Amino acid sequence: MTALRGRARLVGDDVNTDSIISSTRKRESLDPAVLKQFLFEHVDPAFAASVQPGDILVAGKNFGCGSAMEVAVTTVLGAGIPAVLARGFSRTYYRNAINNGLLPLVCDTAGISEGDILIYDGTGAIRNERSGETLSPDPLPPIMLAILRAGGLVPYMRQNGDFKL
Amino acid sequence: MAGRTISEKILARKSGQDAQAGDLVVCEVDCALGTDGSVPMALDYFKAMGGKNVHDSARLVFALDHYVPPASPQTIELHRVMQDFAKRFGVTLHEAGEGIGHQLIVETGRALPGSLVVGADSHAVTYGALNCFATGIGSSDLAAIMLCGRMWLRVPDSIRVVLTGELPSGVYAKDIALALAGRLGADGAAYQALEFAGPGLATLTLEDRLVLSNLAVEMGAKTGIFPADEETVAYLEGRTSQAFEPIAPDPDASYSRTVEIALDALPPQIALPHLVDQVVPLENAAGTPVQMVYLGTCTGGRLRDFHQARAVLEAGGGVAPGVQLVVTPASREVRDAMAADGTLDALVGFGATVVEPGCGSCCGTCGVIPADGVSVISTANRNFKGRMGNAKASIYLASPAACAATATRGAVTDPREVSR
Repeated sequence: MTALRGRARLVGDDVNTDSIISSTRKRESLDPAVLKQFLFEHVDPAFAASVQPGDILVAGKNFGCGSAMEVAVTTVLGAGIPAVLARGFSRTYYRNAINNGLLPLVCDTAGISEGDILIYDGTGAIRNERSGETLSPDPLPPIMLAILRAGGLVPYMRQNGDFKL
Repeated sequence: MAGRTISEKILARKSGQDAQAGDLVVCEVDCALGTDGSVPMALDYFKAMGGKNVHDSARLVFALDHYVPPASPQTIELHRVMQDFAKRFGVTLHEAGEGIGHQLIVETGRALPGSLVVGADSHAVTYGALNCFATGIGSSDLAAIMLCGRMWLRVPDSIRVVLTGELPSGVYAKDIALALAGRLGADGAAYQALEFAGPGLATLTLEDRLVLSNLAVEMGAKTGIFPADEETVAYLEGRTSQAFEPIAPDPDASYSRTVEIALDALPPQIALPHLVDQVVPLENAAGTPVQMVYLGTCTGGRLRDFHQARAVLEAGGGVAPGVQLVVTPASREVRDAMAADGTLDALVGFGATVVEPGCGSCCGTCGVIPADGVSVISTANRNFKGRMGNAKASIYLASPAACAATATRGAVTDPREVSR
């Protein structure tokens, strides 16, 4: 996996997909370039404008619960966010993340503060530059790794035409 | 070999290999639903995957349910793209106004015992009531199914939910589901299946079971599955001509935990804003002023729900001044039955705004939206901030009878008080 370095952006527990991007927004457009300006609009109206490419979302438990709508992943990617660290994900968000090449990492995020610089070395470990702490996310099963390594489900299916375990 | 849960057995059947919790398997999908909320993106993925032909159009169902009626050029275009694709490849498409996709999958006998049915919408878990492994997926997974007919799944651990006794008067399936959400929490069943069991099951109608399966995803569950019995078979009679083979769990199947709910002892429940697991006995919230009452959705928009609501509204003398009552039948079949037995007229007589069958106000994409500062009580499944299209509204979730009781007084009310 590609190495990453970015600012931690904290979003809390039980963040549902409607709060990531309101389902009323996807009525008008499915384009991440449009939707990204409404990212977390009801949680923090200033959030979308404050995102810098490379920022990493850091969540508590049950990130992406609720609707399975995939714009909740593509909008995050569209904003330039390449990874989400969470103590846990809803299963539909987790699948959608992998299918679109958004890196979902499960680890204990309690020690991470807003703005901390996080470094993912591409092999598995995450280092917090401020605290010096190193986190070891749960390893991904082979099929999920294969889809992520291909760049998402689109390139994976173009290459394989079917699922291979 | 240790015994197997219902989920393990179905996924073994659909993958052609032994399947035990934790295993990754690739399964043949018997049926996949897509809606106007998910198919337009799925078609983009399908094209990007190089999709030229649909693997097996007979296994696909499209439903136009999130934008009913389509009220903007953009939503009309989303519907047109789906209609064109469905026509070209021979995919069954339910037009706007026919109902919520999940309800249509159930009504048209697409969810058969022992099968694997998925939907590109999180409430696809609903069909678990019919003893099928039913789960929600995103648009990209739907695109892959359109391409190859298959998907990968991690075989889930199962939580055994044992129901004993019988619901007392004034307490309903929704109260069981909310109580369970309160006990397990919003992620208490994450990545796991809920497998319902116990002597209490026989007292629940198929419509009751759909409510329990529907809410499974609000606890993070992958599916909420029931064993099949006479009730299941009776529901499917006349809805399918296909043979099916129900799956029962082995007596020595292994579960991650067991949760027991004594139905006799259950009081009415309510979920407080803005999380589905913020559940308390309804009496704790009694008296909270409410300005909008919503009856509908894939949780609480079926005939039985409207019958229960009507009975309470009649007993309570109708809707209190200042309360807006909005009704959205889950399907045309439901609405026609309501029209035939007088329920529709009765609700209209109480001043209800009746919206075309579909998702309605549930996720704010169509239908009636609550005003700023309004408290809503709803038969739906989610009460997230902004869920109904206005982040300045507060949503409470309860049974249809409790919603109706609340409508009669303009404040959260125990349905047992009104029917007395």
